[in-house]
Amino acid sequence: MQDQPTPVELINAVAEFLRADVAPQLSGHAAFKLRVGLNALDLVVRQLTHEASGDAAEVERLSKLLGTSGSLEELNRLLSARIASREMGFQTPGLTDHVWKTTMDKLAIDQPNYASYRRERDTG
Amino acid sequence: MSIESPVKASVARWFPGATGIDRLAQLSGGASQETWSFDVLHPSGNIAVILRRAPSGYGAAPGRAAGLEAEAVLMQQAYEAGIPSPRVRYVLRAEDGLGSGFIMDRVEGETIPRKILRDAQFAQARGVLAGQLGKVAAGIHALDTTRLPKLRLMTVAGEIDDLAAEHKSFDWPRPVFDLALRWLRDNAPAPSDTVTLVHGDFRHGNLIIGPEGVRAVLDWELAHFGDPMEDLGWICVNSWRFGEIDKPVGGLGSREDLFAAYESASGRPVDVPRVMFWETLGTLRWGIMCCGMMQRFRTGPDHSMERAMIGRRASETEIDLLRLLAPRRA
Repeated sequence: MQDQPTPVELINAVAEFLRADVAPQLSGHAAFKLRVGLNALDLVVRQLTHEASGDAAEVERLSKLLGTSGSLEELNRLLSARIASREMGFQTPGLTDHVWKTTMDKLAIDQPNYASYRRERDTG
Repeated sequence: MSIESPVKASVARWFPGATGIDRLAQLSGGASQETWSFDVLHPSGNIAVILRRAPSGYGAAPGRAAGLEAEAVLMQQAYEAGIPSPRVRYVLRAEDGLGSGFIMDRVEGETIPRKILRDAQFAQARGVLAGQLGKVAAGIHALDTTRLPKLRLMTVAGEIDDLAAEHKSFDWPRPVFDLALRWLRDNAPAPSDTVTLVHGDFRHGNLIIGPEGVRAVLDWELAHFGDPMEDLGWICVNSWRFGEIDKPVGGLGSREDLFAAYESASGRPVDVPRVMFWETLGTLRWGIMCCGMMQRFRTGPDHSMERAMIGRRASETEIDLLRLLAPRRA
């Protein structure tokens, strides 16, 4: 077992330093790059925090939808192959619900400020 | 600034009376293409210009690109036809030692979407841009194809095949992209009766905007012959709305404004279902382009954070594809 602080705590501490102390000293392209970097750190924190629960739910949905078990990647590859071969599609019961849930979980980590995501989260 | 002396020598060759150059600065550059800005000094008044070039050794354009020489011809023809476009001053030759490319007038204005969509100085432009863009698109589609350079002819089926092949090459499962590809194949319209020049990348970032509206259309790199409705669909892709998701035309205005202006300028009716098809295809295309950025981040030579982070924007197109193809509220 690894000791504390956790990766999330470490990244947040670094991000806070970059935001509060480094950002005000930069301008132009360097300031832009720092913003991109901070966005990346924030994304990593969201992923470390939420990935496990999202993945577990996705595996469960996929196993049920596909009628088989496997790793998350294996199951996604199988779903992709079945859609490409027309065995499955929007008409398959449960598929639309599954891809919506999976996509919402991805956006919650990738781009929670994306306007389409916010609209769906707040009204869906 | 290793290109300063060849640029100086080149200017002396094609601009009689020029006494030198000033303020040479690189604006952007990837592995294969660079953009530079400089002023040509002349006793009767300096002119501000832009150099777009592919350094020697990078001359071979990627598969889809029209090539810089073709771009120069397209921009010049657009300029002559009265389409907002910079005047092309010079096309590079071998003796310039600068690779391939061209020099055009620098058009002042804004290309950053968030500024165009939010800043007070563009308030008036925002009210008229959707219509202006319809008129500009009509102008592009009216250019005489017999006078244009050789460009690839793209069909709906060809575009879907290209996207499918690229998606497959990434070897990463994305069920939403598979659903979208299948929908596109099942709903592909018949080949277009009308084939025109298509700009191919008609959207924010490639438009210079002033307080009064469109000043220039740039980046003709993806120009081709094909269905004119493609340009109208591409500019409505949600990825170019930058948060203003209820204003389909670049976050600026309605499809109705775009279509009405297009119809009145072109005299040709807009095929709305066809435009919607291209919007869906365009959404998938941007998603696949995001995946391509991630691929280039991994394999190099550009390992930048920006590219890496664009890779994590492919999911934005997944939610947009679902909103188009499987909306949760009817």
